[in-house]
Amino acid sequence: MDPRAIHETLVAKFGDTITGAFLEGPSPFAVVAKDAIAEVAAFCKASPDLAFDNLMCLSGVDYPKETPPRMEVVYHLYSYTHLHTFALKVHVPREGPAVPTVEGTWGVANWHERECWDLFGIVFTGHSDMRRILLPDDWEGHPLRRDWQDPEYYNGLHVKPTVQMAERALAGEVIGVGPFDFTPANRHVDE
Amino acid sequence: MAASETVVNDWDARANDADDMDEMVLNMGPQHPATHGVLRVELRTDGEIVKAARPHIGYLHRCFEKHCENVDYPGVMPYADRMDYCAAMGNTLGFALTVEKLCGIQVSPYVDTVRVVMAELQRIASHAVAVGTYTMDIGAFTPFLHLLRDREKILDLFEWTCGARLLYNYNWVGGVSHDLPDGFIRATRDLLREFDAVTYPELLDLIIHNRIFVKRLAHVGVCSPELAISHDLTGPNLRGSGVARDLRKDTPYCGYETYDFEVCVGQGQYGPKGSCFDRNWVRVVEMRESSRILHQALDRLEKMEKADVHEKVPKRVKPPKGEVYFRTEAPRGQLGYYLVSDGNINPYRVKVKSPCFTAMSAFHHLAKGMMIADIIALIGSLDIVLGEIDR
Repeated sequence: MDPRAIHETLVAKFGDTITGAFLEGPSPFAVVAKDAIAEVAAFCKASPDLAFDNLMCLSGVDYPKETPPRMEVVYHLYSYTHLHTFALKVHVPREGPAVPTVEGTWGVANWHERECWDLFGIVFTGHSDMRRILLPDDWEGHPLRRDWQDPEYYNGLHVKPTVQMAERALAGEVIGVGPFDFTPANRHVDE
Repeated sequence: MAASETVVNDWDARANDADDMDEMVLNMGPQHPATHGVLRVELRTDGEIVKAARPHIGYLHRCFEKHCENVDYPGVMPYADRMDYCAAMGNTLGFALTVEKLCGIQVSPYVDTVRVVMAELQRIASHAVAVGTYTMDIGAFTPFLHLLRDREKILDLFEWTCGARLLYNYNWVGGVSHDLPDGFIRATRDLLREFDAVTYPELLDLIIHNRIFVKRLAHVGVCSPELAISHDLTGPNLRGSGVARDLRKDTPYCGYETYDFEVCVGQGQYGPKGSCFDRNWVRVVEMRESSRILHQALDRLEKMEKADVHEKVPKRVKPPKGEVYFRTEAPRGQLGYYLVSDGNINPYRVKVKSPCFTAMSAFHHLAKGMMIADIIALIGSLDIVLGEIDR
């Protein structure tokens, strides 16, 4: 099916919960109301016309400059039966973002959603195992948000070189390997 | 209609199970030699049986996606090389094609053919590492040395062409970095002749039809086609389960539709379809098909007039505002790039769908009920590269 027909099928089934669509260009998509995504996903897989049995990719994207500021979760679907592709998008607010999980429909969503939570802070409600996946368990914050600032310390280590280190380096002293020296300030010696 | 079925988290569910007093949690990795990188797996074991498994990834996380947002498009290429370091040509080819699709760049047939040659050579090299290290995982040392020796010859060709042996930065947006050197076609022909006549039959004799290899693997780690599709196993892992799907046939790129080759599918000759044996068998047969594609591509290059490989390389890569999702068939499966551009010289967002990442997400299903020693065989048969999982 071509993207228009897929969009029409979804609109015929779900009506107003399909809030928008962009069907031109190389990757056409439809925007789904966030509370309905689990039902839409299950329908996409179960419907014999659509038969989207494969979730190719699930990504988060942050748009802080849009009005209102939002984040998106993008689901790229593929059908091994019909060999057609389509994408679904969900808009979530940047404050307290939450989307129902689709891991019951596609098993691979389990890990993709964990990654999305890890890097964007989007909570997937109903997820069976919402833990960090790529970053350490004690990491704070979600670095792929556009307004991310590197923390000064992580587990007592300087994440960035300190001002003192920079000054010593500028004075010609060789500290570790230049700007990549992340050793913590040696208080005993400094004082 | 029910939205979806509830998924039970095996690991936590078993933790509260009072009947399982004999369970022991066994930690494997992250420095285990058979995990192909730094992967840590927690196993809940009852004697020798694995009741539940929980992989921990992220030890090799290098913020690829964050880096991409801070460099321009050609600057992404070296980072893309470093994801799947066993098949760097495939990574950069995928990214180059993604950006070209968004920019609307159509490269010349000559560049397409050169890219196919490189991608298929890389596929042979990558599968050689996969099968070679796999045999070492399960206890055979010699095939590993044989296969690395043969891979070395392919790396020599790459070095001759672009100066690098592992991380090439060869595919550029709109072209490739260097034209093929004089004599490349002949040298590649010699290599393929040797591959067809010696390496491939030897590989079959030494490993694939080896009785020990078959007995060890034909009933281990069986993955059903439904599980494979639901968990997005792709490439040889999917085809090992008997699903004849290959992006080079289904949604061709670089002119793959004009080559004559077969999609290799697991046959289940010695046991249930989708076992560790089938996945490895598919890899080996795919090397032969790659050799077939290479012969055809070299024939074309001989007849073709050389073209400028930098002809379509833009001075400044600045795609229009928009987004694209594009997949290629990398040696380890479907490698997808989701690229969002805001019309700037930096990508707004790059998301990589790594085939190893999705293969690993099915691991806890496959590992359940296995013997501990078979876990090694399972991890190796999925052919994961941790650099790509963690990005």
